[in-house]
Amino acid sequence: MSSRFRWGILAAVVLVGLAVVAACAPSAPKGRRAAGQTSDLGVAAMKTYVAPGDLDTYYLFSSGGHSGQVYVYGVPSMRHISTIPVFTPYPATGYGFDDESRKMLGGLTWGDVHHPALSETGGDYDGRWLFVNEMNGRVARIDLRDFKTKQIFGPMPNVSGNHGSAFVTPNSEYSMLASRFSIPIPKGTVAPVEKYATDYKGVVAAVKIDPKTGEMSQGFEILMPPFDYDLGDAGKKVSDGWMFWTCYNSERATGKLEVTSAQRDRDYIAAIDWRAAEKAVAEGKGDLIGGVKVLDPKKVPGVVYLMPCGKSPHGVDVSPDGKWIIGSGKLQGVTTAFNFEKIQTAIRNKDFTGEEDGIPVLKYESIKDAEIPVGLGPLHTQFGTDGYAYTSLFVDSAIAKWKLGTWEVVDKVPMSYSIGHLCAAEGDTVSPDGNWLVGLNKLSHGRHLSVGPSQPESSQLVDVTEEKMKLVYDAFTEPEPHYAQMIKADKLHPIEVYPKEENRHPLAVWDVKDAGVTRSGNKVTVKVVEVRSTITPTSIELNQGDEVTVALTNIEQTTDELHGFGLLDYNINVVVDPGETKTITFKADKKGVFPYYCTNFCSALHQEMQGYLIVK
Amino acid sequence: MRLFLDRVDRFLDVKLDVTPRAFILMAALLLLPTYVFPLWKMTLFAPQYQDGLRLNIYSWKLDGGNNGQDVREVNVLNHYIGMHDLDTAAFTEFKWIPFVVGALGLLLLRTAVLGHMGHLVDVVVLFFYFGLFSLWSFGFKLWVWGHDLAPGAAVKVPGFMPPLFGYRKIANFEVYSYPEMGTYAFAAVALLLLIALFVGWRQRTAAA
Repeated sequence: MSSRFRWGILAAVVLVGLAVVAACAPSAPKGRRAAGQTSDLGVAAMKTYVAPGDLDTYYLFSSGGHSGQVYVYGVPSMRHISTIPVFTPYPATGYGFDDESRKMLGGLTWGDVHHPALSETGGDYDGRWLFVNEMNGRVARIDLRDFKTKQIFGPMPNVSGNHGSAFVTPNSEYSMLASRFSIPIPKGTVAPVEKYATDYKGVVAAVKIDPKTGEMSQGFEILMPPFDYDLGDAGKKVSDGWMFWTCYNSERATGKLEVTSAQRDRDYIAAIDWRAAEKAVAEGKGDLIGGVKVLDPKKVPGVVYLMPCGKSPHGVDVSPDGKWIIGSGKLQGVTTAFNFEKIQTAIRNKDFTGEEDGIPVLKYESIKDAEIPVGLGPLHTQFGTDGYAYTSLFVDSAIAKWKLGTWEVVDKVPMSYSIGHLCAAEGDTVSPDGNWLVGLNKLSHGRHLSVGPSQPESSQLVDVTEEKMKLVYDAFTEPEPHYAQMIKADKLHPIEVYPKEENRHPLAVWDVKDAGVTRSGNKVTVKVVEVRSTITPTSIELNQGDEVTVALTNIEQTTDELHGFGLLDYNINVVVDPGETKTITFKADKKGVFPYYCTNFCSALHQEMQGYLIVK
Repeated sequence: MRLFLDRVDRFLDVKLDVTPRAFILMAALLLLPTYVFPLWKMTLFAPQYQDGLRLNIYSWKLDGGNNGQDVREVNVLNHYIGMHDLDTAAFTEFKWIPFVVGALGLLLLRTAVLGHMGHLVDVVVLFFYFGLFSLWSFGFKLWVWGHDLAPGAAVKVPGFMPPLFGYRKIANFEVYSYPEMGTYAFAAVALLLLIALFVGWRQRTAAA
């Protein structure tokens, strides 16, 4: 064969090869092209369409992540209805500007909100409060009577990087906290990072909730090995009294954790008998560290056990009947169903394979019921009706539907893209509703009108009323929806006006005749009445250097008649709801004439609702 | 003429039987609900007030829907056009009407006990005079509140007459004004008294 001929053959092969490649590579991946990713458009539109004036059937309380807020959506419309400011000032409602909310924020202007938890009675949502955690070791309580943050508790001593929170126990006895970033304790102690394995401590904590008022107070803590505690769930029904937390980095590694902490095949789920811990603390056991009672499992055995779990686990979720604890490594292709009865038996039989800092490690084979082949990257599981479970798959970017007991995977629906948590209607209670499932996705790219590099997250609504799951709606949510709670709308009965008779604020005035300035030395109190369409007094005279407290009372008793108080050049912006009194204290250090006005549009003569602060 | 006056005299002298007295007693008792139920109700709808604002007029007070909040809301809205506040204290009617109703009740009881047709006629005349005067007074107050507007008001509107009965559109508001339980009780009282008169008349005819 001549070399020219050989070259000719080679060229032909290459050309054919190129042609084959060109013919084979589609322009989009299978998932994007496959039918069934979206349900029938007409049906989807009908299912999610909430006509003007009509109401949604569920509330979705979505964590705002590092925005520090909680966002309220209606399901199935997925409309953003309201933002509840929690850990971050929010000028739209004046949150973080008035004395009370500023004091509650405690000088911090952000928090990384992760896992909202609705209060429960008997393991079911009771619609009273919403607890949310943030990474600085704080937990906040939102009262669902008025959708307002009422308490920010913490920072809880010793807890560092409070990620595994704010999970509540079935009768809202406790809200739970856990360290994601172990540190030497108490806070302020210094140890070199080389001594991480021995001198750094993990901590899990229980914050007590007053059953009547919801007021949070210090409960107790448990000293844990320096792993990274990630997510938790309280046992319910048969497993009531137990708390489960996943943890990664059981290697006790430091440095480049994405490698160093992924060496062992298994990490752990910590199983904690919180009733036993509560009892031990009541008996006077535990040491006072950083001002809180801390139990050391070495000294108080029988409280903490470790369940081996696929490496780098994220979610751990207890089935509605409390029988199974679902947990998985987020790099695995299966999720594991642990059997609570088997865990109890293993504990009784001391069926241990080792220990970590004196904490027994249970034998994996003895406590697991099944490994369910849900798909790649199982993160978090929620529950529906008829024994169905839904597991989010980060790597596969999908949700798997499978059945408890038969462990059969029955359906999958793609998510766009990279789903983190998911939230089913009342899907972490003893009686899930089914109906709806929301995938809380980490990436949204390409699914919305372009808004530049800073992109919203996406939350996708899935109809789970039928055998096949159907994606019916894309919503773009504020960063960062880590977890959410979906509650039937008729369980909440918020007030829309603060009744006059309930206002016991000492500086409240309800008649324009009582409004005005009182002075004692350089301390000045200004009682202000706001009502359509006047701020009384219409001018306030002060001397430079006065310490001023402005008390604003909105004497309206009509829904949605909010009034604002924006004071220019003084960085003051307060909004008072109907029937509410708020105070703001500041030093009148700038001389001059400063306009104040109603910021929250109220009436046809809203523009005229203004006055002058005169500082002489 | 004499004959007629004789007939009138005889009629007024009739001693009432048990039946008309029972009707009169019932009429007296039916005055009690007028203290409990509103006499009149005004309902206002606007685009911003889809659920409506309600003013309930009793014989002795003015009340509003939504635990009384609707009265305050109507006053807040009316202050823009310079209307006087709607307030129980601003209306003398709320003082004299309950008193007069009580007096009428006592007169009715007296009639039921003594059983004189003459007394019945007196109280019927008084009752209708009172009813018509109250209605006129209500209408007049509506006229005054709709016309006596403060000259310095933010929004200047020409004087207007709010509806006494039925529907009227006022600016962005649909206003409905209708009698309520209390007025129906008064109407029932009137009916019972007319029946008593009629039965008394029949009684006279039967006797003659």
